Amino acid sequence: MLTFTLRRLLLAIPTLLAISLVIFLLVDYAPGSPLSDIPLTVPPDVRQKMIEAMGADQPVFVRYLLWLKQFFWIEPMTQFDYWFGTSYMEGEQRILSWQTRSPVFSIIGERLPQTLIVIGTAYLVGILIALPIGIYSAYRQYSIFDQAGTLVAMIGFSVPTFFSGTLLIIIFAVWLGWFPTKYDTTLEVTDWASFLEQLRQMAMPVMTLGLANAAAISRYMRSSMLDNMSMDYVRTARAKGLSERTVVLKHVLRNSLIPVVTVIALGIPSIFGGAIITENLFGVNGIGAALIGAIHASDLPMVQTLAFIFAVLIVLFNLIADVLYGFLDPRIRYD
Amino acid sequence: MADGAAPVLDVRGLKTVFRTRGGEIHAVNDVSFTLRPGELLGVVGESGSGKSVTMMSLLRLLPAPPADIRGGTAMLNGRDLLAMTDAELRATRGARVGFVFQDPMTSLNPVFTLGNQIMEPLITHKGMTKRQAETRAVELLDLVGIPDARRRLYQYPHQFSGGMRQRVMIAIALACDPDVLIADEPTTALDVTIQAQILELVKELRQKLGMAIIWITHDLGVIAGIADRVMVMYGGQVVEQAPVKELFANPQHPYTRALLQTIPRISGERSERLKVIEGQPPILTGPLTACPFRARCEYRHDACDAANPPRRAIDGRMVGEGHDVACHWHAPAKAEMANA
Ligand SMILES: Nc1ncnc2c1ncn2[C@@H]1O[C@H](COP(=O)(O)OP(=O)(O)O)[C@@H](O)[C@H]1O
Ligand SMILES: [Mg+2]
Repeated sequence: MLTFTLRRLLLAIPTLLAISLVIFLLVDYAPGSPLSDIPLTVPPDVRQKMIEAMGADQPVFVRYLLWLKQFFWIEPMTQFDYWFGTSYMEGEQRILSWQTRSPVFSIIGERLPQTLIVIGTAYLVGILIALPIGIYSAYRQYSIFDQAGTLVAMIGFSVPTFFSGTLLIIIFAVWLGWFPTKYDTTLEVTDWASFLEQLRQMAMPVMTLGLANAAAISRYMRSSMLDNMSMDYVRTARAKGLSERTVVLKHVLRNSLIPVVTVIALGIPSIFGGAIITENLFGVNGIGAALIGAIHASDLPMVQTLAFIFAVLIVLFNLIADVLYGFLDPRIRYD
Repeated sequence: MADGAAPVLDVRGLKTVFRTRGGEIHAVNDVSFTLRPGELLGVVGESGSGKSVTMMSLLRLLPAPPADIRGGTAMLNGRDLLAMTDAELRATRGARVGFVFQDPMTSLNPVFTLGNQIMEPLITHKGMTKRQAETRAVELLDLVGIPDARRRLYQYPHQFSGGMRQRVMIAIALACDPDVLIADEPTTALDVTIQAQILELVKELRQKLGMAIIWITHDLGVIAGIADRVMVMYGGQVVEQAPVKELFANPQHPYTRALLQTIPRISGERSERLKVIEGQPPILTGPLTACPFRARCEYRHDACDAANPPRRAIDGRMVGEGHDVACHWHAPAKAEMANA
């Protein structure tokens, strides 16, 4: 398993390099200019100076190589300096946002916690709701519970989050006034009251995303359980005189969880990516919102860096899913 | 297996129907048989003749729906399996009756160790601690001829060959010293040499442990070597039943005779093709109102279309005890038909 993991990690390097190049070129050739917001009255020579200051006048491959160096060397070392109080990277140029002129990673560092807390909680809530529902729906296939579950899951699947989110805002924030309409990014949890306030403002985005996640995962859990329920080994377990509880919650569940856990692991990068629509809808100032802002402003370094981080996470969690699979299924041994 | 001893298992009038979208399938029709202590009852019949459904009905192992056990009793040591509560039935499964299924490759749970799966019935039924169960599991693996038992306890099913897995299945079925072992085509999925080894093992275990065995197969050749008595099934019912020697020496039902002719003979002409029974088994969409074998029977007669023949004893003993057959050609019907 260890050799497998190492081999996969090594293989990931060329993959990621190729991805970074594609992202860089795609974003670079996309229409739009970082200066399009600047009034036309600004004289051409000033405009040229601004472009030079951003480094945007360099050929694309020079900018790519610089970016690679910044991403893989300067940024990690800067973090190292910050942690250990050293100053190896003093004076080195970090990846700067064209929009704000501040380092991209500082912006990400500010935005990420918002995203992780809200979207991460939503994912977790989704899983916690989905698993028991999926298990019970499969155990009582075609029961009222299962039918209701199917209906709700269909709705969760097909209703987009911008609609369900708006609906929640209208019902719970506007009519009932239980929750605030907007997420307040500046709220700091210092005591019990502010903690409750944080919970209240998280409730609606978490519900919106959580339900959408739960719909998918519960269906997945259900069908995986059903696949296993008719297996021969289940009949063997019953013939041994085991209770229904043991048969379902031990024998069937343990097998059914294998593909579900993998799917859940594969979905984790989407937490870091933020849920763009939900974040915008509720005013959660997270990564998703940052990405949208950067795209609008043609802030190439920001977009390229975020897209690449996302690619790294996807590759990483693919590997994690494979390793998990090997742990959960004794038939799979990679070495 | 004293002839007069009270049977461990006494099944009467068992009827199992599947309710499917396309209508009902009458898979088991009025099946009755007995099993005496220590006896080995062979059950033969083509695939689809209702052997598995009969045995699984006894322990209510069929998914319901679609399966519906419409009637009958199945007395195990005087208690009716079909009337038991779920809890009583669970206490019987794996404890008083052990079951070995056809396909050893899929019958074990792939994600648990063998030890875990063997110990489960011991812990459930005998209330053993984990340590006690482990000791017993090693004994059981030794018993079914798996070398290096203690180490293999911690291995997973995929680390065992088909034959070894079937030995493990037998160990699980025998874990709690059951009164009855039901083996549903336990060797069909294995190749011939392994088949022979498993047969030897079962013969040996029978000597040692003395439980009664129901051995299902579609191969009369296998039955000849191990069974005391044979029950032939066709169309979800018992068409002939006799002590094994009697059945081979004096087969009565045309179906039994046809089956006997399908056994390959080593001494026979090499060029002779293996015989098969012409035609298809019946589709059982309703209660039987005529002989189910008539379409494939060379002795077909008006009576065969008019009624489903009941089992009749041909040696003056009770049906189920000596030799009986369900065929219109049989006395007294035979005489009547000859006169007609
Ligand atoms: N789950 C099921 N649904 C419908 N019909 C079934 C089902 N299981 C078995 N049957 C029918 O019952 C009959 C007997 O099957 P079975 O007992 O498995 O035969 P065999 O003698 O080969 O063991 C077959 O005709 C089969 O079509
Ligand atoms: Mg069968």
